[in-house]
Amino acid sequence: MSVVTIERKVLQKNDDLAASNRELFARNGLLVLNIVSSPGAGKTTLLEATIEELKDRARIAVVEGDVQTDIDAQRVARYGVPVVQIVTNGGCHLEAALVAAAVERLDLDQVDLLVIENVGNLVCPANFDLGEAMKVVVLSTTEGADKPLKYPAMFRRAAVLIINKVDLLPYVNVDVEEIKRNAQHINPKLVVFETAATARLGITEWCDWLVARLAAGHA
Amino acid sequence: MHELTMAAGILDIVQQNVAAADAGRVRAVRVRVGDMAGVVPDSLEFCFEAIVADTPYAAAFLEIDRVPALATCGECGCFTRLAQPLFVCPACGAMGMALQSGDELQVVDLELDDTVEGAA
Ligand SMILES: [Zn+2]
Repeated sequence: MSVVTIERKVLQKNDDLAASNRELFARNGLLVLNIVSSPGAGKTTLLEATIEELKDRARIAVVEGDVQTDIDAQRVARYGVPVVQIVTNGGCHLEAALVAAAVERLDLDQVDLLVIENVGNLVCPANFDLGEAMKVVVLSTTEGADKPLKYPAMFRRAAVLIINKVDLLPYVNVDVEEIKRNAQHINPKLVVFETAATARLGITEWCDWLVARLAAGHA
Repeated sequence: MHELTMAAGILDIVQQNVAAADAGRVRAVRVRVGDMAGVVPDSLEFCFEAIVADTPYAAAFLEIDRVPALATCGECGCFTRLAQPLFVCPACGAMGMALQSGDELQVVDLELDDTVEGAA
């Protein structure tokens, strides 16, 4: 028996492509968000509210990841921002190569903020760097407070947690402070916002923070 | 099922590294999987088996080395194994311990079976 030593990261290829995406984004002065959540947490509604709030303050473009359809992309396109759709055909996560191909179809000179809406899934996208500046996890109040503990990889790698659907708090048996505590036990650096995207609550706070990041050169 | 993508990545690395050796002789592919890597080892094994089935590496199996999640506390310096996903120091209660290991997902080496008659 003989052994061939390899010592190579399984996702090295993706990480290399993500690094080249990151360079491209930096060259074009883009702030890039990778938005992740379980299905139904309200990512697309949050995105719509964010675009509405920011469209006069920043030039926004969107990359929409979807397993099968372009329904979300159509929803976002109604707001008059450039949207590129990636259909993963069953794939449970976006990869850096897919994002690289998608942004080729955008005029990056005309964009300040690029939002990548990942596939609805808190597990798989955690492993795949897309070259984004930050991962934004959206969690709805209907999902229960233990979600951060069940998906620690994602919460550890995220920079922002948005607790959405806080308007439903009177009807669901969940404590927002407990969600925050669980999430921050995994990642104390998480910046947390509370929103109700449908009712447009908390959107200003979140968008002001984004604008501050844009102004700061979002390093 | 991102484990399928991981399995494809492993096969890719095997193919790149085995060019000099003979494919039929790859007995095992050793990978290192951290407890915090967000990968389910059983699922990875299952996907690898499925993905090598129609390749010259059909006989190869995955040998998975689990790497425990070890972390240090920035406040009190306590070094410990994280039993739960909580990054809380068991000694002083500080949050956000720094992970020292447990994040890895690497192909370590290939084991070649020298008893199999190689074509090369
Ligand atoms: Zn401590």
